[in-house]
Amino acid sequence: MSEAVSALAGATYDGYCKVSDAGPVGMVTLRGDLAAKGFGAAVKKATGCAVPGQGALTSAKGRRLAWMSPDELLLFCGYDEAGTLATALGAALAGQHALAVNVSDARVVLHLEGVGAREVMAKLTPADVSPEAFGPGQMRRTRLAQVAAAFHMPDAARFEIIAFRSVAAYVFELLSTAAQPGGEVGLFPAGE
Amino acid sequence: MLILECPYCGVMADETELAAGGEAHLKREGPGSSDADFEAYLFDRMNPKGVHFERWRHASGCGKWFHAARNTVTLEVYGTYSAQVSEPPKALVTAIKRKVPGWEGWM
Ligand SMILES: [Zn+2]
Repeated sequence: MSEAVSALAGATYDGYCKVSDAGPVGMVTLRGDLAAKGFGAAVKKATGCAVPGQGALTSAKGRRLAWMSPDELLLFCGYDEAGTLATALGAALAGQHALAVNVSDARVVLHLEGVGAREVMAKLTPADVSPEAFGPGQMRRTRLAQVAAAFHMPDAARFEIIAFRSVAAYVFELLSTAAQPGGEVGLFPAGE
Repeated sequence: MLILECPYCGVMADETELAAGGEAHLKREGPGSSDADFEAYLFDRMNPKGVHFERWRHASGCGKWFHAARNTVTLEVYGTYSAQVSEPPKALVTAIKRKVPGWEGWM
């Protein structure tokens, strides 16, 4: 096996927020009928995570399970366990119309942290990222400038962003430019 | 700026994360149809000044197609609904009729 590297090889940028490549992250895409009988129990058994409701994200055992669409979930897990978990999901869902695939290398995972993190996101996405509208436990698929992306908040001062690997450098530079010192707007002054 | 609620994600999606799909509820004319019917299917559109039913796709979001009813003059959005129907929900049509007295109605 060749050595796994994330799209940006651990790149970081220190502006008024910090932008960083999260390194290799395991990701398993799961498609199926989320409302089907036995689906939730099978997913919980294989991953430890409960099936999230619309627009939500659950976590357990250091893994996260995000709602992507009415028939799609995305599991974030350790890079080395993604293959095993995809197989386990496939086995647990045998007999159901479902598919689990290890897609760890398809996307980039970026972190954005700092007091102005919400503001940096607001510069790039049409989604409402105000504290009233968005917070930890929610998952939002939308766009960042010109490309599709999704994000959630691991805690009140941090965003975890995913985008396709082919646009990793573009998204990293978008976030870095938006987080440049001198670009502070003071949009969410509560420090949120 | 047009903002539509994606019926699948339940979020208010700004026009820039959506892709427009043109007039809704067209009847597909396939092999065996007359030339006139096929031409109408390809090219004839209502293009109304007023109530319009359209197809939209949450392109940067869940990726799903859905339907929207809106007014091309006032830009008011009457509602969005599932893609898996061949005509707008009755309740929505009734609500639009109440709001737009002169509207000729659905089809
Ligand atoms: Zn959607």
